[in-house]
Amino acid sequence: MIKLLVYLAVVLALILVFQLIRIYQLSAELKGKHVGKADDSNNRSQGLLMLLFAFAFFACLIWLLFDVRGKMLPPAASDVGETSDNVFLFNWVIIFIVFFITTFLLFYFGFRYKKQKNTKAYFYPHNDKLELIWTVVPSIALAVIIIYGLSLWAKMTGTPDPKAMVIQLYAKQFDWTVRYAGDDNVLGKTDYRLIDDASNNTVGMDSTDASGWDDIMVKGEFHIPVNTPIVFKCNAREVMHGAYFPHFREQINCVPGITTDMHFTATITTDSMRKITHDTAFDYILLCNRVCGSGHYNMPMKVVVDSPDEFKKWMAKQHPFFTHLYDMHHKQAVATAMK
Amino acid sequence: METIAHTATHDMAHQADHSEHHHEHPKLSFIEKYVFSMDHKIISKQFLFTAMFMALAAAIMSTLFRLQLGWPGHSFPVMHYFLGDKWAKGGILDPNMYLGLVTIHGTIMVFFLLTGGLSGTFANLLIPLQVGARDMASPFLNMLSYWFFLLASFIMFISLFVETGPASAGWTVYPPLSALPQAIPGSGSGMTLWLVSIALFVVSSLLGGLNYIVTVLNLRTKGMKMTRLPLTVWALLITAVLGVLSFPVLFGAAILLIFDRTFGTSFYLSDIYIGGQALSQTGGSPILFEHLFWFLGHPEVYIVIMPAFGIISEVMSVNARKPIFGYRAMIGSMLAIAFLAFIVWGHHMFASGMNPFLGSVFVFTTLLIAIPSAIKAFNYITTLWKGNIHFNPQMLFVIGAVSTFISGGLTGIILADSALDLAVHGTYFVVAHFHIVMGLSAVLAMFGGVYHWFPKMFGRYMNKKLGYWHFWTTFICAYGVFLPMHFVGLAGVPRRYFNNDLYPAFEKLQHLNVIISVFAIVGVLAQVIFFINFFYSMFNGPKSEQNPWHSNTLEWTTPIVPEHGNWPGPLPVVHRWAYDYSKPGKDVDFIPQTVPMEEGEMDEGEHV
Repeated sequence: MIKLLVYLAVVLALILVFQLIRIYQLSAELKGKHVGKADDSNNRSQGLLMLLFAFAFFACLIWLLFDVRGKMLPPAASDVGETSDNVFLFNWVIIFIVFFITTFLLFYFGFRYKKQKNTKAYFYPHNDKLELIWTVVPSIALAVIIIYGLSLWAKMTGTPDPKAMVIQLYAKQFDWTVRYAGDDNVLGKTDYRLIDDASNNTVGMDSTDASGWDDIMVKGEFHIPVNTPIVFKCNAREVMHGAYFPHFREQINCVPGITTDMHFTATITTDSMRKITHDTAFDYILLCNRVCGSGHYNMPMKVVVDSPDEFKKWMAKQHPFFTHLYDMHHKQAVATAMK
Repeated sequence: METIAHTATHDMAHQADHSEHHHEHPKLSFIEKYVFSMDHKIISKQFLFTAMFMALAAAIMSTLFRLQLGWPGHSFPVMHYFLGDKWAKGGILDPNMYLGLVTIHGTIMVFFLLTGGLSGTFANLLIPLQVGARDMASPFLNMLSYWFFLLASFIMFISLFVETGPASAGWTVYPPLSALPQAIPGSGSGMTLWLVSIALFVVSSLLGGLNYIVTVLNLRTKGMKMTRLPLTVWALLITAVLGVLSFPVLFGAAILLIFDRTFGTSFYLSDIYIGGQALSQTGGSPILFEHLFWFLGHPEVYIVIMPAFGIISEVMSVNARKPIFGYRAMIGSMLAIAFLAFIVWGHHMFASGMNPFLGSVFVFTTLLIAIPSAIKAFNYITTLWKGNIHFNPQMLFVIGAVSTFISGGLTGIILADSALDLAVHGTYFVVAHFHIVMGLSAVLAMFGGVYHWFPKMFGRYMNKKLGYWHFWTTFICAYGVFLPMHFVGLAGVPRRYFNNDLYPAFEKLQHLNVIISVFAIVGVLAQVIFFINFFYSMFNGPKSEQNPWHSNTLEWTTPIVPEHGNWPGPLPVVHRWAYDYSKPGKDVDFIPQTVPMEEGEMDEGEHV
């Protein structure tokens, strides 16, 4: 019943509005005004609004810039990230200059050249010289932007340090598994048919491959040493996921069936970053950035950047996935060394 | 028979020409005239009404998910009203439905409003009228184009009501997520309907596009050289070419996805373990789908923005009472953008792990697009310079569209830079960027087009006061939504997150999310002003004059409400370009295209 009354009220309101428009239209026609076409007084008020809008727009933008200070990402914590922040800044300077000039001119011209009594337009169909200038100048600016950007891209995607530490990021619905390559720095073979969650073989490790016996798998949080090049090998179990490290300014998709990789060197430890941000609860995170299902928003993983000593200590507490195979192999190796 | 030489007069009073050319039409029944119509003007209105309905649905979806994002976990009766117990128990949105709403909002806005709606409405209305043709080259295919569009719209709409929910893998429907119902409920029958709908949509788009191209190339009236075409027609022609070349690839991608979903093929699937079992598919690649999708997907954004360019050029020139600045450069830049549109798709995939060298190539080609885009923006600004601007509502909308094109285009420079893209890829920065540059520019231009050509469609004006209120609320809310959103993205917040509860760092920006949601909801409500104005004016608005905006183009030489065939007498003959506004030494500030050149007068469209 209430629903019905609400619908009725909406219909009546619509009829009321229609009648009001009609009254407005009739009274305007009586005064000899046109309700469809702009007249000089409209041009004046709308022109003024154009100018006011431009100023309000700029004011809001500047307010936002102040408002978000301290709430954005802290300085980049990786080697490529530091360059990335510089390239960002360089692009922002160009963008803001162009934005303020063109936006202001657009709205200012709207205000300045509104039709009033006795105003006329200036017939100005083209000017080849002018057009050449604003073809060439952006081209040069863009060439600089491209070169600067691609130099960073080359660094990001170039060949990683051959001694870089190899780590696998394995995504599934809806968490991450991180696998360290162990003493030999080689990840053991995996096969998706060997995946067995009941025995915690999340990534489908193949026990017949000896290079995987020393591999260490962790969940919940993972550690990396500071100032050490790291190569991440990324995989996904069932759908695409995205491995996104906002603080390191890096990301790559994790795709079922193929291995993608990214590499960088973390440059600031978690402890130092806590001091920089004055936030004792600060943590680096890895999060999923490719929609992967209903729990997409629910799969962050804490990343801890340690000093090399802390990292060694943390690593010593972890156990290889194939503990018994590792131990056997280790004993044999020690025995061989003894001989 | 249309080539009978005759001198066109200034006001093109064709009614007098009946004896010379009698265009007899048999009486059509209501069904033939308004439902299964082959008249391009009726078809144009059909596209417009369908798109308005779809856009309304998509806009309501956006308010629902904005409620969730602004006030996560709060209970809203309106949520329950629309989604019921299954998807909004206790008025709280379900995470799966959240993804469903986001997906269908994007799909409808991109395909059904800004492709079908924008091109369908204005190409149908303007191409025959502005090139001086009686109808499209094939009115029958044109009619089919609309009916396929309606069918596609209908299927997309009912996909909202299937038990497992609508498609939920994002509007880009990347497999394997979109291929595996085990991965997300929306990939069940909702996704099947999505694919069927899009396949039908492609058919509609191709039938329409081929028709537009043929009509522009073959049915131009006498004297209407390509260099005398209004920029609207140029824009719609280039749009149609883009669509015809790229939509079939989406069709292929969709068919292969249907195969993977239904027949056990593995085009996109490989090495998948889900629901406790290893799937047999192996050897496929989800990256293949990304390539196929974006091979359409990128030209698609130009399919959306090109008609907007055309409308902006025409409306701005008419209302500034000045020729569009750099007519030839405008055509050249559109052609350049259209060409480049085909070789930049990879910039959507910088995070996919594709070959870095290929990535560099895409950076280069993408940033090249900034050059013709900059030319367009500068030319628009120069068109306003020393103009005599009549602030009819449509003029506000097109100036707004240029503003959003500039603001959104500039942030594209960052996203085109692969190395920087990796820092913000998939975050709200991207959402803000493409909504401003593509969504807002195209929507504002489309509104401008509706206000401008409303007198041609319905023989009446829209109410300007309501138009002003509509513009300012829409424009302010639009920036109110998407300006703060850039900062949310720069802080690293990924899109398509249901809430940020697990991310204390993101919570610091929650006040921006509240601001965004408030503006979004007010902005959607503001569209009520438009709908009221539209339907009121359709029946009761003040009657239009012959040439209400004092334009030069041919559509205003027809009777106020043209019958099928457009011109009762012979077709008009064109003598000059479309932009002789405020030409020095003339008494009036416009010279329609049908007025012959005077001795010694130069045609500015012909300049070298």
